[in-house]
Amino acid sequence: MSTATNEDRGRLMGEMPIGATEPTADTALLPSSTPVQLIDADGRHVHDDRYPLPDGESLLSAYGRLVTGRRINDQANALVRQGRMAVYPSSHGQEACQVAAAVVLDDQDWLFPTYRDTVAVITRGVDPLEVLTLLRGDWHGGYDPYEHRVATQATPLATQLLHAVGVAHAAKLRGESTVVLAMCGDGATSEGDFHEALNFAAVFHVPVVFFIQNNEFAISVPLKHQSVAPSLAHKAIGYGMPGERVDGNDLAALLSVLGIAVDRARDGGGPSLIEAHTYRMQAHTNADDATRYRSADDVERWVPRDPVLRMRTYLTALNLLDGDGERSFSDQADSIAAAIRNGLNLEVEVNPAELFEYVYAEKTSQLREQAEQLREELARDAAGAGEQPGDGTEGDTP
Amino acid sequence: MTQTTDAPVRETTAAASRSTSTSTFAKALNAALADAMEADASVLMFGEDVGVLGGVFRITDGLTARFGEERCFDTPLAEAGIMGMAVGMAMNGMKPVVEMQFDAFAYPAFEQVVSHVAKMANRTRGKVRLPIVIRIPYAGGIGGVEHHCDSSEAYYAHTPGLTVLAPATVRDAYVMLREAIASPDPVVFLEPKKLYWSKEDVDLAELRRTYDEGEAPRRIGRAVVARAGADATLITYGPSVPTALAAAAAAAEEGRSIEVIDLRSIVPFDDETVCESVRRTGRAVVVAEAPGFASVASEIVARVQERCFHSLAAPVLRVTGFDIPYPSPKLEHFHLPSVDRILDAVDSLQWED
Repeated sequence: MSTATNEDRGRLMGEMPIGATEPTADTALLPSSTPVQLIDADGRHVHDDRYPLPDGESLLSAYGRLVTGRRINDQANALVRQGRMAVYPSSHGQEACQVAAAVVLDDQDWLFPTYRDTVAVITRGVDPLEVLTLLRGDWHGGYDPYEHRVATQATPLATQLLHAVGVAHAAKLRGESTVVLAMCGDGATSEGDFHEALNFAAVFHVPVVFFIQNNEFAISVPLKHQSVAPSLAHKAIGYGMPGERVDGNDLAALLSVLGIAVDRARDGGGPSLIEAHTYRMQAHTNADDATRYRSADDVERWVPRDPVLRMRTYLTALNLLDGDGERSFSDQADSIAAAIRNGLNLEVEVNPAELFEYVYAEKTSQLREQAEQLREELARDAAGAGEQPGDGTEGDTP
Repeated sequence: MTQTTDAPVRETTAAASRSTSTSTFAKALNAALADAMEADASVLMFGEDVGVLGGVFRITDGLTARFGEERCFDTPLAEAGIMGMAVGMAMNGMKPVVEMQFDAFAYPAFEQVVSHVAKMANRTRGKVRLPIVIRIPYAGGIGGVEHHCDSSEAYYAHTPGLTVLAPATVRDAYVMLREAIASPDPVVFLEPKKLYWSKEDVDLAELRRTYDEGEAPRRIGRAVVARAGADATLITYGPSVPTALAAAAAAAEEGRSIEVIDLRSIVPFDDETVCESVRRTGRAVVVAEAPGFASVASEIVARVQERCFHSLAAPVLRVTGFDIPYPSPKLEHFHLPSVDRILDAVDSLQWED
C-alpha cells in the first residue's frame, strides 16, 4: 500500500510522540510545552525522562564539528568581504542545528538543505569548495547530490520539502531503510509547499524528518508576522504526525531529539516535525542591513546562549575537554578554513560552452546553433584582442 | 541544413489498412501507459482521481487494478505536491508520470515545474536528470467551463529544460507517450481533450511491437507532413491539426494545394521540416488555439521569417485564439481557429502578385 489505510491512521493517531514513554490521546502528537533542553545556557545538564543525554564521546566529537562550523561561517563571511564570493547566508549562531542535522544521519540517508545550511552540507562530508561553488558564482550547484546523498541547496522556500517526500517514498517502495531529513526555516512554514509536503508525508507515511530552524527572522520579518500558532511544531498535529520543539542552541538536545525522530522514521513510524528555537545572529546575507529591523540589544540577548560556548562549558566542566583538546579542534577548524581560503583565492576558469551542455540530455538543434554562435563570438573577440589589445573601455566611447 | 527531402509524411489510413481494429486517442494513451509500466518497473503513475476511477478522462483506466496501488495511485489534492513528490521520486530512481487533471489546474505546480523540474539537470551539471512526464489534458473545443480549456503550451515552451509535446493522432498519442516516458528529460505532454475520442484504424499490439523493436520513427523533435501540398503550408499542432486538415481539404476543392505540417514536438522544434516546406510552397499560415500574443505561434512565425524570408511570397500569417481569457461554452466557437478563418488567411497570402 502506498497510502496509509484507515488502520494505519488509527495507529498513527495513537502513536507515541517523539520520546514519549506511553501513548495517550491525539494530544500525544503535540510538542512539549517548552523546547526540550538537555544542557542549559550555563552548560549544566538538564534531566529529561524522554530524551537521553548523548554519551560524552559523541558530544565531544560533535563539539569538534561545531567549532569547525563556526569557523566556516566566519571564513565565508570574510571571503565575501574580500570579493571572493558573491554572497553568504551565514548560519552563525545556528551551528548546533547544522551539525546535528548532518550527524544524526547514516550513509544511506538523504539530507535536503536550504541555502543557509552550508555548514550542515559540509558536515555531511561534501567538499567545502564544491559546496561554495554556488555562492562563488561559478555554477548553480557544485557537488554531485548522489555522492553524499545531499540534495542541492534550495533557494526557493519549502519546495525541497516535497522532493524529500518523493525521495523517501521511492525508497520506501523499494523496501530500503533510507531516512530523509528535510530542513527549512521559520519563514518557509508559510509557504504552500510546506503544507503540501507535510500532508503528503503523513498520508504516504514516509520516513521524513522535517526540521525547522526557527531563527526568528525571514530576512526582516519576525516570526509573529509568519504565524500565530502556539509554536511551529504545533502544526504537526494538523497532519497527524508528532511535533517536537527543541532548544536549537543545545547540541545535546538536538542530537537526542533528532536522533529519536530518525530512528522512529527508520523503524516505519512515519514522518515527524521538529522545530529548533534558535537565532540568526547575523544579517540575512552580507547584502542585508539588519539594523533596519532589529536592535543590537535583541541580538545581544542571544550571545550568552551561544551553542559553541555552551558545549565548551559543559565539556570542560566534565573534564572531557581541556586546553589541548580545544587547540586540536581549533587547529582542525583552521586547516579547513585555510583550505577554503586557498581554494577560493584561486581563479576558476569558467567555461561558457557549458551553458548549453546540461539543459537537455542531448542538445536541441536550437541550442547547438546558439552554442556555435557564442563560440564564434568568443573566437572573434579573442582574435580581435590578439590584434589590438584594448584597455576594455572602448564600449564607453560615445 | 542540407537535408531537405526526407521529411516524414504521415502514414495514411490506407497504408495502415492491414490493421484489424480501431482505437481512440484515449485508449492509445492508456495502452502506452500500461505497456510502459509493464516494460519498466520504475514507471509510476500518480495524480488526482487516477486510481480506482481511472482518471476523469479514463486515461489511467485499469492501471491500479493491473499494477497495484504502489504503481498507480491517487494523491492528496495538491498539484505542487504531486509535482514536487515526482521530483524526489525521479531523483531516487523512479520514472514518474503525473497527471494534472486539467490545463488550468496545473498552475499550482508551476513553481515546481519551472524552478526544479526544468532546471535540475542544468543545476547539477547533468548529475541529476528528472525523467518525469507531466500529462496535461489541455485546450478547448469541448464546451468546458472556465479553467478547463486553457492552451498553456507557451508557459512550458518558454521554459528551457522542458520537452513539450502535443500529439494529434492516435498513433502519435501512443508512440509519443512511450517516447516521453523513455526520455531522460522532463516532458510536458499536452493531450488535446477534444481529440480523446477521435478514432483511427490502428492495431495497438502491432504499434507496441514496432515501438519496442525500435521500428517506430522517432517523434520527439520531429514534425510530420500531415498532408502534402504545393501552394502554401499550414503549420500547426495538437488540437488544431484536424481543423487545419479540414481547411486543406476544403482548399483542394477550390483548386489550392495546401500542405499541413503537424509539429507534434513544440520543444525541441523541428526547424528543418518546417522550413523545407515553406521554402517549397513560399507561403505559410500558423494555426493554434492559444491567444496569439507572445505565443508558440509567434515564435514559429519569427523563425520562419528569419530562415525563409527570401522564399516567401507573402507575410507569414497566424490564425490563433484571440487575446482573451478562454470563452464560455456558448462563445468558444467564435474564438477557436475555424476552417473558414484559416481559408480566409490562406486567401490573403497575396496570390495575385
